Amino acid sequence: MTALLADIPLEPAGVPRGRAMVERAQWASLAFATYDIETVRRIAQAAAEAGERVAAELGIAAVEETGFGVAEHKKLKNVACSVGIWNTYRDHDYVSPVLHPDRGIVEVPRPAGVVIALTPSTNPVATVFFKIMLALLTRNAIIICPHPFAKRVCTEAAHAMAEAAVAAGAPDGCIQVVEEPSIPLVNALMTDARVDVIVATGGTAMVRAAYRSGNPAIGVGPGNVPVMVDATADIAAAAHRIVASKAFDNSILCTNESVLIVEEKAAAGLEAALRREGAYVLAGEEIDAVKGVMFDGTSFDTAWVGKSAKQIAEAAGIKVPANTRILVAPFPLVVPEEMLAHEKLCPVLGMVVVPSAARGIDAARAVLRISGAGHSAAIHSEDAVTIMAFASAVPVLRVAVNVGNSLGSAGIETHLAPTMTIGTGFFGRSSVGENLEPKHLINMTRIAYPSHGSSAMPDFSALQPWHEPAGAVPPYPIASNMEGAPSLVRADDPQDELRDEIRRMVVEELREILRG
Amino acid sequence: MGIDLVRFFGMLVHVTDTDSADYDYGVFSFASKAEVLDKAKEYWNPGKTQFWIDSGVPLVIDRREEYYLWDMSGKRLIDLHLNGGTYNLGHRNPEVVQALTVAMQHFDMGNHHFPALARTALAEALVTSAPAGLSKVIYGSGGGEAIDIALKTARHATQKRKIVSIAKAYHGHTGLAVGTGDDRFSKLFLADQPEEFPHVPFNDLNAMEEALRGRDVAAVIMETIPATYGFPLPDPGYLHAVKKLCQEFDALYIADEVQTGLMRTGELWGIAKEGIQPDILVTGKGISGGMYPIACVLVRDEHAGWLTEDGFGHISTFGGAELGCIAAIKALEICSRPETRSMVHYIADRVGTGLRAIQAEYPDWFVGIRQNGVILGLEFHHPQGAKYVMRQLYENGVWAIFSTLDPRVLQFKPGILLKPEVVDEVLDRTEVAIGRAYREAMGGRS
Ligand SMILES: Cc1ncc(COP(=O)(O)O)c(C=O)c1O
Repeated sequence: MTALLADIPLEPAGVPRGRAMVERAQWASLAFATYDIETVRRIAQAAAEAGERVAAELGIAAVEETGFGVAEHKKLKNVACSVGIWNTYRDHDYVSPVLHPDRGIVEVPRPAGVVIALTPSTNPVATVFFKIMLALLTRNAIIICPHPFAKRVCTEAAHAMAEAAVAAGAPDGCIQVVEEPSIPLVNALMTDARVDVIVATGGTAMVRAAYRSGNPAIGVGPGNVPVMVDATADIAAAAHRIVASKAFDNSILCTNESVLIVEEKAAAGLEAALRREGAYVLAGEEIDAVKGVMFDGTSFDTAWVGKSAKQIAEAAGIKVPANTRILVAPFPLVVPEEMLAHEKLCPVLGMVVVPSAARGIDAARAVLRISGAGHSAAIHSEDAVTIMAFASAVPVLRVAVNVGNSLGSAGIETHLAPTMTIGTGFFGRSSVGENLEPKHLINMTRIAYPSHGSSAMPDFSALQPWHEPAGAVPPYPIASNMEGAPSLVRADDPQDELRDEIRRMVVEELREILRG
Repeated sequence: MGIDLVRFFGMLVHVTDTDSADYDYGVFSFASKAEVLDKAKEYWNPGKTQFWIDSGVPLVIDRREEYYLWDMSGKRLIDLHLNGGTYNLGHRNPEVVQALTVAMQHFDMGNHHFPALARTALAEALVTSAPAGLSKVIYGSGGGEAIDIALKTARHATQKRKIVSIAKAYHGHTGLAVGTGDDRFSKLFLADQPEEFPHVPFNDLNAMEEALRGRDVAAVIMETIPATYGFPLPDPGYLHAVKKLCQEFDALYIADEVQTGLMRTGELWGIAKEGIQPDILVTGKGISGGMYPIACVLVRDEHAGWLTEDGFGHISTFGGAELGCIAAIKALEICSRPETRSMVHYIADRVGTGLRAIQAEYPDWFVGIRQNGVILGLEFHHPQGAKYVMRQLYENGVWAIFSTLDPRVLQFKPGILLKPEVVDEVLDRTEVAIGRAYREAMGGRS
């Protein structure tokens, strides 16, 4: 179709619609911010269970839509980010006031309000679930802005949780999703002054744009994970963990190992152990062949994101055993021009051999000079001295010890907060240095009594500022002369409970009639 | 004019510290607000101009934006009158402005004799959005003309003359529409025709049946909630019963949705929210976002015979002006968004809750709240109560109008895109104004 008015700049159609979503989210967040903990838990649990129900189906759909990863592993992540997150935080309370009578302080949790969540194509459904769960646990309204490669599956994921949440009493519009993302729309959302915080998981450009937006932002930088194996390590166990972690979802988590650094004394044993676990160690011309496939000049060719080791080997013309799960590519020195030392979101693991643990720490630092500062690293070692030296020298904010880094630094196989969003802190130009968790989406209003004791803090323990909503939020706007409409009598009058119940039933009935 | 109040909430409009300060609007200019008021009386409408001065609302609207108006003095007002819903989407809604600005590089009003691009596109959009059965669109240049078209269509379809309307109704002041309203406006121009335009009391089914029983009525015309009468709400079941009586006695049911359509009840059309499929639906005012006049009549194929019999049967140069159609396509799209619907429900809830809290403080003064969505009539215990409240609201930066035909009742009409913080501000201001009006009406000082 020819555009007859082509030379006149028109705002892309989605942009005004996006602004309307922010406005709706603002209304929803105002209502949500008054909810009590029981209702919040009911809503979060319902959303989590809805996520779990579609975890497998959306795992398959995500692989189909994006071409990245392994459906079965995606299912695991989807479960971890729905009911997994619920189980982790079900006994936490980000809602009720916290009393510190000894210090004369009461903390009243206050949600951020409207959260804009940018989600990546690599872990689409899991990240959508994760951010929605955090928003629900903290009474925030959230607008999911998915990567265009994964827009369909992210829309489905968000709708699944939104429907369950609203059915469990969440305010209408507290979970929304941009179905047709575009650069102008994302820009309009991020710079909208009504947005309270942007939580950006994605490419560096997107994360920097979030910080430039003028709105508060929690952005996380990319990873490039060094994993060191020293001479004290349990070699067989290390090999097992590294291969499993590198093969998990075909290395699509940003916490996947990128460069294996092995102390010379352990190198031969580790190589043999890696082979036993399904690693194929490349040699000679094979290395250049794989590099030729993976790197398009000076950058990683994203066509290989989340592809399998066998697909990559085949493209490089290398015959590998049928049970091959990862490719290991040895290289001599960690320097910027060595492409194997860069981040690789596919099951190819660079490997350097170092003469000592101290030189290994230098190599790990060199990996992070290329990219991934503030992110994560792993070490397999029995020596606390080496581990401390590693952790205090390498510029990362989490060091996973004797565990695969993919799920280790992501908090799924460690006691770090389970997350799809790794705060890279000051090292990585981010405002958060921890794994993103619910507490990052609230502030506390602190009631503070004088420290010199001239005015004692009364007992606040019976005071609950929040309450359960009386019905659907917002209520359907029934005409004020119809039965069931709100009257002068206040709804929170306890003597009116029965009347409220009847009123609710009438409202429901009327709604059915109006729908029908 | 002396020293004007130029800074109101930090909004600087025109610096006017002497009579000679110039209000320059490009194609015209004035030296002062006083000059405008004097010349409005001299060259335009002395009665209306004086009425507002005497009512304590000497408003000359200058700048307009979102739901704000600025008087020439610089005084800012939050608009809860919306000119009967004309500014439902706010003043100069940026999306409507943009759609029109772009369209003006290509379109003008169009030629009303020919089939036209924008007219056809809007007609399709309206039919798609409308209650089932409505299938053709006829355009007027304003609400009154559209009502006339509706009445003409009903007369043609039924070959009967009588039109039944509600006593104290208001459907416009054009040739036929004026007959449906209060005789104050028809007698003035010797246009009263009580035989052809019987009026029946609202919410009185016996009277309605009596009026229809003779089977000589072409149509009953009703606003879904009568605006100018202060939005008295139809009793539960009343509109359904009227529709049934129409069917029984072969009269058409015309829904005047000029003020109750466009999401103001929380559904796109108030009559659809009632679950009624009217024979004819009229929309105007807000349909074109307050930017370019247009009004529309939606009819069923079975009553649209004249469009085939003589397509030139109703001619109006400006009716269906294409720029108006373009503004309307945009306005209709904004009103129809799920986000908009959700927000209206939130706004209605917050406004209703806030007003009930104020009511609880003045139970014997602020005696009633009539509400359906963001359509509200506030009842005060004084024959002219709403005039006191209107004046105090004006003093307090809110513009809401009393009901001409029932001045106990204040029309209180929040916009459908009103932001939460503005809703809260409106409630704060309203609480103070209602209190002051109470003391004033009860004889004390405000
Ligand atoms: C319900 C209703 N119908 C019809 C009209 C007439 O519209 P217009 O003034 O555009 O002729 C009005 C105007 O106030 C109205 O409120």
